[in-house]
Amino acid sequence: MKNDAQTWREWLTSERPASRRQARLGRAYAAWSRFVDNRLAMAGLFIILALLLVAIFADVIAPYSAVTDGDLRTARLLPPSAEHWFGTDDQGRDIFARLVHGSRITLFVVVLVAVIAAPVGLLIGTVSGYAGGWIDAVLMRITDIFLAFPRLVLALAFVAALGPGIVNAVIAIAITSWPPYARIARAETLTLRHADYINAVRLMGASPARIIARHITPLCVSSVIIRVTLDMAGIILTAAGLGFLGLGAQPPSPEWGAMIASGRRFVLDQWWVAAAPGVAIFIVSLGFNLLGDGLREALDPKAAGQ
Amino acid sequence: MAPGTARAGGRRRARLQATAMAIVRFLVVVALTYLGLLAVTFFIGRVIPVDPVLAIVGDRAPTHVVERVREELGLNLPLYQQFLIYIGKALSGDFGTSVLTSNPVMADIRRVFPATLELATLGTLIGTVLGVPLGVLAAVRRGSFLDQIVRVIGLVGYSVPIFWLGLMALLVFYARLGWVEGPGRIDVVYEYTVTPLTGILLIDTAMQGEWEAFRNVFGHLILPASLLGYFSMAYISRMTRSFMLTELGQEYVVAARAKGLSEGKIIWRHALRNALVPLVTVIALSYATLLEGSVLTETVFSWPGLGLYITDSLQNADMNAVLGGTIVVGSVFIGLNLLSDLLYRVLDPRTRAR
Repeated sequence: MKNDAQTWREWLTSERPASRRQARLGRAYAAWSRFVDNRLAMAGLFIILALLLVAIFADVIAPYSAVTDGDLRTARLLPPSAEHWFGTDDQGRDIFARLVHGSRITLFVVVLVAVIAAPVGLLIGTVSGYAGGWIDAVLMRITDIFLAFPRLVLALAFVAALGPGIVNAVIAIAITSWPPYARIARAETLTLRHADYINAVRLMGASPARIIARHITPLCVSSVIIRVTLDMAGIILTAAGLGFLGLGAQPPSPEWGAMIASGRRFVLDQWWVAAAPGVAIFIVSLGFNLLGDGLREALDPKAAGQ
Repeated sequence: MAPGTARAGGRRRARLQATAMAIVRFLVVVALTYLGLLAVTFFIGRVIPVDPVLAIVGDRAPTHVVERVREELGLNLPLYQQFLIYIGKALSGDFGTSVLTSNPVMADIRRVFPATLELATLGTLIGTVLGVPLGVLAAVRRGSFLDQIVRVIGLVGYSVPIFWLGLMALLVFYARLGWVEGPGRIDVVYEYTVTPLTGILLIDTAMQGEWEAFRNVFGHLILPASLLGYFSMAYISRMTRSFMLTELGQEYVVAARAKGLSEGKIIWRHALRNALVPLVTVIALSYATLLEGSVLTETVFSWPGLGLYITDSLQNADMNAVLGGTIVVGSVFIGLNLLSDLLYRVLDPRTRAR
C-alpha cells in the first residue's frame, strides 16, 4: 500500500510527463501540495467548507426557526445561555438559528455576484485584448471609467433606484465589480495573443470567437478565479453594508448586515444582538481572504513573492 | 545634454510635444470619466420606478396638470436633450431641491461636506503616520514578529465590517469606559458657542479660543477618526511593505551597502524614497475610500456629514439629494483617483519616458 502511494507520487511529480493528462495532474498536484503546506490557507479553506456545510444543512443545524417570532413576553432579548447559544433578538428569535440561516444569504450573494461579474469581465477583457485597436481602446476606456467609480456609493444609488432587496443588491454589486476582472483577463490575453499555438489555430482557420472562447479564455480563468476569491470578502462586506443601511435583504430575512442594524438599537444593554452577526461576517470574510491568498501563492508563486 | 545644439533643441521640442500630448490625453480621460459618472447617475435617475411627475402632483391630478408639469420638468423632450440639460445643470452645481430639507441640494452638501472632510482627513493622517513606518519595518524584518502583526492588522482590516467595528468601539470606549464622547460631532451645549468659519470644527474652535469646545469636538472626533485610521493603516502598511520589499531587492541597495552606507540611511533615505512614488497613489486611494466609506461610518456615529446626508435621503426616497450626493462623492473619488495617477507620472521619471 505504501509502495503504491509512492509510485503515484513519483508519477505525479515526474519531470517528464508522458501524456497531457499526467502533465496536467502533475501541475495540479504541485499546486495542491503548495496549498496544503500553507496552514493559513488551509484554515481559510476549512472556514469556507464549514460555511458551505452550514448553509446546506441549515434546517438540521438550527434549533429554532429563523423568521417566526418567539414569545415576546418571555423570549425577548435573552442573554446567551445553553438554550439560546447566542441569545435572542428583540422579536424573541434565536440569534444562532438566524445566523445559521443567514449563511445561505451570504453564499447566495457571493456566488451570484461571482457568476455575473466574472464572465462579464472575462468576456470584455479577452475580446479587448485579442481584438486590439479601437475595440480595445473603447472597451478599456469604459473599464477605466467604471474602475474609477466609487463602488459602494454607486451600488447604493443603484439600489435606491431599483428598490431595496437582496437581488437588487446583488445586481448593484455585480455592476460595479467586473472591471478588475476585465483588466486581468486583458493582460493575460495580451501575453497569449501572439503565442505560437494561437497562430497555429488561426492558420487552421479558427474564427476569432472560437479562439477566444476555446483557446484564450481557459488560460485566463485561473487568474480571474484568484482575484474573485480575493474579492469575495469585499463583496460580503459591501452586501452587509447595504443590508445595514436597510437596502439589502428586507426583514424578517436573517441577513447578517440587517441583523447588525436591528441590534444597533439595543447595543448598549444587549450587545450580543449586534455582536454575533458581525463576528460571523468577520469569520467568513477572513476565510475568503485566507483562501484567496493561499490560492494565489499556490497557483501563481511568482506574483505571491511580494 | 548639450544645450544650444540643434539636436538638443529638437529633442526638447519633441519632449514638450510629448508632455502636451500627455496633458491633453489626461484631460480627455478626466472629461470622459466625469461624463461616464453623469451618464450613470442620469440612467439611475431615469429608471426609478416612481414617476417624478406623479410624485409632485399626486395620482389624482387631471391630465392637463400632469402634462404641464411634465413639460416644466422637461420630461417631454427627447432623451439626449434631457441628458444635455442634465449635464449642464450638474456642471453648474444644480442638483435640484431636496424634498427633505427643501433647500437646494448643493447648499445642503456644502453645509455637510466639511464634517466628512475633517473625519476622512484625520483618518488618513493617522493611517499614514502609523502605516508607513509599520510597513517599512515589516519589510526590513521580514518574517519577524512585527511582520506577522502587520499581516494580522491587514487581514482584520480587510475582513471586518467597518460599521460593526464602529458600533463595538462605541460600546466599549464610550458606553463602558467613557473615554470618548458619544455619537455626533459636538455636544449641543457648545453648538452655538462656535461660529462656523471653515466648517472644520477642530479649526473653528481653536481659532476662536474656545478650548472647552475644542476638547469636546476632539472627544467626538477621535473614535471615528481612529477607526478610519485603522482601516487606512491596514491598507497603507500592507502596500508599503510590498513596495519596500521590491526596492530592497534592487541593485542600487546592494551598491549602497557595498559603499558602506549605514542600514538606516539605505532604508529611510534611499529605498523609502523610491517606494514613496507608488505610495502617494496608495494614500490618495485610501483617502478616496474613506470618503466613500463615510456612508457607513457616519451612519454609525451619527456624524452629520455627506455620508449621513445620503443615507438619510435614501430612507426618505429623496432622489435629488441621493444623486447629488453620489455625484459629489463620485467626483471627489474620481478626482483623487486621477490625481494620484497624474502624481505617479510626475514623480516617477521612468513613466515619462514613453
